[in-house]
Amino acid sequence: MKPFAFARPADVAEAVRTVAADPAAVFLAGGTNLVDHLKLGVATPDVVVDVRRLTSREIADTADGGLRMGAAVTNSELAADRRVRERYPVLAQALLAGASGQLRNAATTGGNPLQRTRCVYFSDVTTPCNKREPGSGCSAIGGYTRYHAVLGVPPTPPGPTAPDTCIATHPSDMAVALAALDAQVQVLGPHGERTIPFVELHRLPDGDPSRDTVLEHGDLITAIDLPALPLAVNSQYRKVRDRASYAFALVSVAAALEVADGVVRDVRIALGGVAHKPWRATAAEEALRGAPATEESYRAAAAAELAGAVPQPGIDDGNAFKIPLVGRTLIAVLRDLTPSEA
Amino acid sequence: MDAEISLRVDGEAHRLTVDTRTTLLDALRERLGNTSPKKGCDHGQCGACTVLLDGERALTCLALAVAYDGAEVVTADGLAADGELHPVQQAFLDRDAFQCGYCTPGQVCSAVGVLDEVRRGWPSHASPDLTGDPELSHDEVAERMSGNICRCAAYVNIVPAVQQAGGQAS
Amino acid sequence: MTELVEPRAMGRALVRRDGVQKVRGTATYAVDTPVDLPAYCHPVQATIARGRVTAMDTTDAEAVDGVLAVLTPFDAERLASTEDAEYAVLQSDEVAFRGQLIGVVIAETSEVAREAADRVRVSYAGQPHDTELSADRDDLYAPGQVNAGHETDTAEGDVAAAMAAAAVTVEQTYETAMYHNNPLEPHATTALWDAAGDGFLTLWDSTQGVHPDRAAVCQVFGLAEGQVQVICPYVGGGFGSKGTPHANVMLTAMAARALPGRAVRLALTRQQMFFLAGYRTPTIQQVQLAADRDGRLSAIAIDVVEQTSKIKEFAEQTGVPARMMYASPSRRTTHRLAALDVPVPSWMRAPGECPGMFGPEVAMDELAEALAIDPIELRIRNEPEVDPETGKPWSSRHLVECLREGAERFGWAGRGPRGHRDGDWLVGTGVAASVYPTLRQATSTATIRFAGGRYVVEIGAADLGTGSWTILPQIAADALGVDVADVDARIGDTRHPVASVAGGSSGTNTWGSAIVQAAREFRGTFGTDPHDGAEASGDVDQAAQDEDHAAYAFGAQFVEARVHADTGEVRVPRLLGVFAVGRVINPRTARSQFIGGMTMGLSMALHENSVFDTRIGQVANHDLAEYHVVSNADVDAVEAYWLDEHDPYVNAMGSKGIGEIGIVGTAAAVSNAVHHATGVRVRSLPITLDKLLPALP
Ligand SMILES: Cc1cc2nc3c(=O)[nH]c(=O)nc-3n(C[C@H](O)[C@H](O)[C@H](O)COP(=O)(O)OP(=O)(O)OC[C@H]3O[C@@H](n4cnc5c(N)ncnc54)[C@H](O)[C@@H]3O)c2cc1C
Ligand code: FES
Ligand code: FES
Repeated sequence: MKPFAFARPADVAEAVRTVAADPAAVFLAGGTNLVDHLKLGVATPDVVVDVRRLTSREIADTADGGLRMGAAVTNSELAADRRVRERYPVLAQALLAGASGQLRNAATTGGNPLQRTRCVYFSDVTTPCNKREPGSGCSAIGGYTRYHAVLGVPPTPPGPTAPDTCIATHPSDMAVALAALDAQVQVLGPHGERTIPFVELHRLPDGDPSRDTVLEHGDLITAIDLPALPLAVNSQYRKVRDRASYAFALVSVAAALEVADGVVRDVRIALGGVAHKPWRATAAEEALRGAPATEESYRAAAAAELAGAVPQPGIDDGNAFKIPLVGRTLIAVLRDLTPSEA
Repeated sequence: MDAEISLRVDGEAHRLTVDTRTTLLDALRERLGNTSPKKGCDHGQCGACTVLLDGERALTCLALAVAYDGAEVVTADGLAADGELHPVQQAFLDRDAFQCGYCTPGQVCSAVGVLDEVRRGWPSHASPDLTGDPELSHDEVAERMSGNICRCAAYVNIVPAVQQAGGQAS
Repeated sequence: MTELVEPRAMGRALVRRDGVQKVRGTATYAVDTPVDLPAYCHPVQATIARGRVTAMDTTDAEAVDGVLAVLTPFDAERLASTEDAEYAVLQSDEVAFRGQLIGVVIAETSEVAREAADRVRVSYAGQPHDTELSADRDDLYAPGQVNAGHETDTAEGDVAAAMAAAAVTVEQTYETAMYHNNPLEPHATTALWDAAGDGFLTLWDSTQGVHPDRAAVCQVFGLAEGQVQVICPYVGGGFGSKGTPHANVMLTAMAARALPGRAVRLALTRQQMFFLAGYRTPTIQQVQLAADRDGRLSAIAIDVVEQTSKIKEFAEQTGVPARMMYASPSRRTTHRLAALDVPVPSWMRAPGECPGMFGPEVAMDELAEALAIDPIELRIRNEPEVDPETGKPWSSRHLVECLREGAERFGWAGRGPRGHRDGDWLVGTGVAASVYPTLRQATSTATIRFAGGRYVVEIGAADLGTGSWTILPQIAADALGVDVADVDARIGDTRHPVASVAGGSSGTNTWGSAIVQAAREFRGTFGTDPHDGAEASGDVDQAAQDEDHAAYAFGAQFVEARVHADTGEVRVPRLLGVFAVGRVINPRTARSQFIGGMTMGLSMALHENSVFDTRIGQVANHDLAEYHVVSNADVDAVEAYWLDEHDPYVNAMGSKGIGEIGIVGTAAAVSNAVHHATGVRVRSLPITLDKLLPALP
């Protein structure tokens, strides 16, 4: 681990100034991802700026009937909040499906969506990785791809030495729920405040896999807002993983469904573990709106979303299984969310 | 780069100088000589380093000591500070809820945290109803304790130990 | 026949004597030992899988404030012996596998040591490496023998002819994955060289045997035994990987010698353990079974392909259990190895039996299915009267009783050929048999002293969580005929009499035998009213070593598996084992051993898999977030029972060893249950959802 200075500014404005002023400065919240990466040599900052006690630790009702979740609210507190449990069960479930009790006590609302990929090559500084070291190549192509993307990847694999390839997935569970819930991200940057729709926060590799999100250096997440979304009362997060707990998703599905008279009135779907970002399943949503709330529609919606999926070959048969797996999981979740009288 | 911090550990106040890179785990073990929390992975993947940090269970291997200046730490040793075992510790003994003992201080602190979280009504992934009050069922305890890996695999004894300490018949 | 000690303390479920320290965290593991001003080491590892280190630039590393020394192959001391290539740390510029130790930094703090190690710049002349295990390789070879001194190949009768003539045959390939032991306590050492005189080395090392550990260190450094003390009162798990020292121990001793008078600590990181601490080889098992319509076997064959490292051979004895498990006139077992540019494989819980009871026990299930015979009945029909391998009578063999009692307890009766569906879950049940040889090592000595009204037993034994602290006094108490509360044990230190390694489930059998001898000596010399300071020693009684019987522990594991109909996720709500292991000395600690072994078998069945990336020559998932071991939520009911078995041939306690048998057979039972639930035969571990998905409704 490289030495670094530790700064605890007086307020968020100073924190943003401090980071903005130094290209090698980073924010620290719960530290469960950053400290991991400091030890691995994946993150090598000169200055670590502690914002854990600066941003808000409140969950406040908003004027439009939604919730504002301060960046310092821990994953545990958020999952335990009555309003979240009752009005946005998909979010509580996603949080509770993530990491472990101890980690959720430290992990924050601001830090969780900004955690970086769990690609084993990204974490191992002795192997090439375009995300960690732009231009060095992608060790995952043809390697251990079980936890890698099938959506948002080029139809023909570019080869391991291509300088801007990346087939990593975003590992957060919480983020998948937030993507489904039309959340908004409140950002304080060097040039002031702005709001970013959560679905636009994360990006595809698009030529620069080193950037996970659209945030600029020095941008601080101060809060994340949930809109009033009545259909979210009927929502669910389903995570499929290699062990029953304390494991990242192979695939996951966040969905909210509103059915009336046997017809899908409205729906929100996001998929996890399948792409470089939490994957808002707009094709599936479109296919479902107005369609009969039947297994057949659900199957068609899954097929529509996964039409462009590309399996990644690799060790132990690669990850082709994820395409049927996420499809089946989506269908199962929608089936579960369908009111029995429908 | 060095920093001076203060910590209250198992009831005792300390001022100490740490490297900014020093984790809370290494501060406890290597600076203060408190080796009750163990290092099993150093990356948040096993739970052996669990303590109660300002009253909540936390992994000390992913916490920078400087970031927890002024914090109150209780280790498994501190749970028995007056020489008498904490009910969770007694239950672990009664149920033979360990073998090699390396994960045990972390399991014990985690269990103390779990019982408190259940008391506060926090749900878990295993809760049948997100909005109801959680009970100390097998599945609830097993899920909540899953952040503590036991390679000796004492799990089937750990769950009843936690239930016993939580005052549930099992 | 041995004179069995009358059990009074033995058989009682006494609470662990080291329990209070363990629940408080005050038990001192290797790097917990308080020492003055310890220095910290961080190793430097090779990042190529084969070739040479051409240069190491340590300037930057040495410039870091707080660095005390940096050792590389170019300046490290020359060791007295480099015969064991695994231990020849920093002795040459050659790189034989990725992750090999090529240097070490010693510093005032752990943070500085790690930073400086990162700053060592290494240049290599790399060569193409070869790390791919396959049964099709043309350079597979037959080792001289396999682990524990077993023959490499055995053959009897004509398997091919039996296969051709049989009414029913099974011929399949089974695979077990690469596994890493991953004890929760990393391999860790504190080393202190006394500066004065010829030098005296104290090692607080995490080891399954202080004496074997010391012997290896003495050999490597050319020291007399009197110059080295190894101390290890507590071990945070080993599962075989601390049964022999690994290179990290030699590196720590070397680092300490560079700073005489100063204690240095080195704990491998979890990631480093995947390169340096041993592992179980992947195995490829071609199994053949031939049987008549009644299920009576006419042939059993297993041809095993597995790997070893080029620098040091380790041949897992995977084919060995098939030699004695079932009666069959024709039998063949073979082992072939691929020598690769990979880390050195080693012992892992039940080497041989653990992987070697996967293929054959799934094959038996396949045979039962083909014959439409109940799998328990099939095993009973092939029960051998004497050991098929040696022709010797069994010291005791109660496999059938284990199967029957297990069936009863599990509720096996009425099980049909297919499982059933329960809501979203496909439910099935499965069974497999297990076996483990009853071993006793030749060398161990115990001393018993009467002091201050108490009996003190001293022996350099180890407690890896197995319960030695608690059960050795139980044995001593009964051998002496005194209350167990009046007996103290001192273990885990080379100052105590020599003890064999805690391995092969032989620890209690061996150390207990020595303790019983010491007690008999003691009573013979001092009678029942000894004077203060009276002391007697005893060795493992060679005369009582029974050569006329085949001695094994047996067991049967039953599993209920549930497979999610949508996703293929597998859960095992119930795991039940019945074992015949001779006398159980402490039911409390024994039960923990059984459930621990069975749960580790479940872990092997469903989760564990070191995914080897042959392109770079390393385990891709080399940490505990990606190498999944079973978590609490994966485990539900695990029940262990044992028969009241009396075996007069094995040793004076009548005990057979219990540490390993629990893991044996479990993975096969899980695979058989998953087949019952889904119709899918998973012959290649682990049983992950991707292997089931294509067959789901
Ligand atoms: C073993 C293990 C298992 C895990 N399993 C899961 C899992 O199953 N599912 C899951 O979703 N997660 C899992 N996690 C990840 C965990 O959820 C994240 O590490 C955590 O949510 C990150 O939050 P933090 O507050 O600790 O972030 P930090 O580590 O403090 O920060 C993470 C990143 O965000 C930046 N950052 C933090 N706060 C802000 C802010 N307010 N504004 C701008 N930038 C900021 C930091 O600079 C850093 O780059 C696991 C982690 C571990 C170690
Ligand atoms: S040492 Fe902290 S979680 Fe493993
Ligand atoms: S008791 Fe050994 S790891 Fe849990």
